[in-house]
Amino acid sequence: MFKEYSPLDDKLFQVMDNNGKIINPAWMPEISEERLQKAFKDMLFARQADLMAVSYQRQGRMFTYPPNYGQEAISGGLAQVMRDQDWLVPAFRELGAWLAKGATLKEVFLYFMGYEDGTVFKNAKNITPISVPIASQLIHAAGIGYAINYKKEDSVVYAITGDGGTSIGDFHEALNFATVWNAPVVFIVQNNQFAISVPFKKQTRSINIAVKGIAYGMSCIKVDGNDLFAMTRALREAEAHAREGKGPVLIEALTYRRGAHTTSDDPTKYRTKEEEEQWSITDPLDRLRKYMVAQKLWDASQEETLLAEYKKEIDRQFEEAENYPAYPLDDVFKYMYADITDDLKEQKVEHEKFLKWKEGLK
Amino acid sequence: MEGGTEMKVMTIVQAITDAIDIKLAEDPMIVTFGEDVGVEGGVFRATEGLQKKYGEQRVFDSPLAESAIVGSAVGMAMNGLRPIVEMQFCGFVYPAMNQIISHAARIHNRSRGRYKTPMVIRFPYGGGINALEHHSESMEAMYGHIPGLKVVIPSTPYDAKGLLISAIESDDTIIFMEPKRIYRAIKQEVPEEKYSIPIGKAKILNEGTDVTVIAYGAMIREAQKAVVMAKKDGISVELIDLRTIYPLDKQTIVESVKKTGRMVVVHEGPNTFGVGAELTAIVNEEAFLSQEAPVVRVTGFDTIVPLPRGEHHYIITPEKIYYGIQKSMKF
Ligand SMILES: Cc1ncc(C[n+]2csc(CCOP(=O)(O)OP(=O)(O)O)c2C)c(N)n1
Ligand SMILES: [Mg+2]
Repeated sequence: MFKEYSPLDDKLFQVMDNNGKIINPAWMPEISEERLQKAFKDMLFARQADLMAVSYQRQGRMFTYPPNYGQEAISGGLAQVMRDQDWLVPAFRELGAWLAKGATLKEVFLYFMGYEDGTVFKNAKNITPISVPIASQLIHAAGIGYAINYKKEDSVVYAITGDGGTSIGDFHEALNFATVWNAPVVFIVQNNQFAISVPFKKQTRSINIAVKGIAYGMSCIKVDGNDLFAMTRALREAEAHAREGKGPVLIEALTYRRGAHTTSDDPTKYRTKEEEEQWSITDPLDRLRKYMVAQKLWDASQEETLLAEYKKEIDRQFEEAENYPAYPLDDVFKYMYADITDDLKEQKVEHEKFLKWKEGLK
Repeated sequence: MEGGTEMKVMTIVQAITDAIDIKLAEDPMIVTFGEDVGVEGGVFRATEGLQKKYGEQRVFDSPLAESAIVGSAVGMAMNGLRPIVEMQFCGFVYPAMNQIISHAARIHNRSRGRYKTPMVIRFPYGGGINALEHHSESMEAMYGHIPGLKVVIPSTPYDAKGLLISAIESDDTIIFMEPKRIYRAIKQEVPEEKYSIPIGKAKILNEGTDVTVIAYGAMIREAQKAVVMAKKDGISVELIDLRTIYPLDKQTIVESVKKTGRMVVVHEGPNTFGVGAELTAIVNEEAFLSQEAPVVRVTGFDTIVPLPRGEHHYIITPEKIYYGIQKSMKF
């Protein structure tokens, strides 16, 4: 596959067109009907949760949140390949992938409500916390991959960044280390066309992002990131490649951030409605729905009922997060070190003295 | 100016834009760039409208890479330009630390003065805005510790404009840290014309006789509230705005402490090895016999700034500053 779809020729790996028609049957991944229905439902759920997150934020019930709207098929593809023993090394815009790995929506809400507890994802195996410094986490993926080889584990690392992330040195250092070490890492770049306001064409003069992997000696491919089948197939090929000891893979997932960068961002400052509309025809859920309806795998009339259920469930998890206990003073200090310093203990005691004094002021 | 100076009400962000605008108009060697600086005018809009006015060659978006932003600014400076670069947040300067410490702060010394680095690295710092991780920290002490850098922090629109103009005109590398919590919270009449405020000079905001309180940036506003609380209790506070973290205005600090005999230092950044520690050393060295109480440090904990739900534990309030003042007075 990686030879056939060489990024040097700027080939885009697609399986399904914008109308949900399979245009590349040779590469259609095998997914059971049941699994496909689940995949669609999970994407629908993630989208609904994402839209509601934005509206909770607007209501002042949550702080800054980075929407995933339009990028659901990338996480959807990851959900098809990730096993418990595999690692997910995320950035901050992979809601569906976190959920697929075993994070709960409540935790995600907690994080964006301002609790570090929300990024512990305690029931998810092998997931690293949300990483905000762009691309920095990719180097951890190379290290995790090294450890996998060293311990002879059967595991693959899925590491994620955005198009903007590919301009940072860390991205290049990570690709190089992972390749030199033959580490089982699949790097996924969500090329959503923007790094906040900066469009992709200002980020790099490369014909695409996938091509950047070639110089490091790794396999790489540019995939239609809004095509669940293409994402799933490419990830499966990458997984096999990594598990067979052939080294890391770079996947550029072409997509479009239909929402704002975060809830504090105003896209009208830097892009046009026409551009947004043009991309909207590639929407990952619409495409998959068209395919499923045509194949009689989905009855679109059931969607409304389903969405109503989802809304209830999302509200429920949100309210649970809202009822989370207040943030204790101790939590500011107690995780700073495995072996806490006396200094920190004293600072906490001092602060408690101040709080007592302050009570007395009233 | 003849006929008096025109004044305009500005916020800190607007004063920053104004300073950059004035200097861009005046000096064709000045360029400004960084992530989202051009089309968007910066995520906090500090460069809003400037690309339209001065063109894409002088006000532009760079690819996402702090190290390359600072490193290329060093190169530009060595070849005659005077770059002003923006880092998006205090917590995202770290990828550029090698360029800052190893080059921006040293080229002048390394080249025995042949090359200067007339550049400003400006970025928002500080907490209190309910932000994600890495968006709330105050690392001024770290920059103050790096030989070869000058570190400036304004606390008002007036100071922001005058200090930034000095920073842009300086032939050294200036770290210009902007208190984003009060970016828009304070409005003040600011002269429309160009003026500058010298780097390295503190300002006495409130004269007093009992205790010296030293603060800067967003902490000035909190300290001013504490001064009012103290006054009600009959304590006369001398409030000093440092304005520059390095070089410190030792004279103003020492003279004040000699007069009051007591010093309370306030900063958001961590306590250990912080600006407070340096100020303590200075008064010990130069006003030892005048001190009637040990220095009190009202600072951030030696911890990561908590996410929003825990940030109230960390944040310095006027009450906490007043508590520090009382501690000093009661000693
Ligand atoms: C090192 C660093 N610099 C700057 C930022 C501020 N910032 C947050 S997201 C972002 C753009 C990221 O763009 P991209 O990598 O394309 O990811 P996307 O947000 O589009 O998912 C920037 C500049 C950051 N988080 N980390
Ligand atoms: Mg992007």
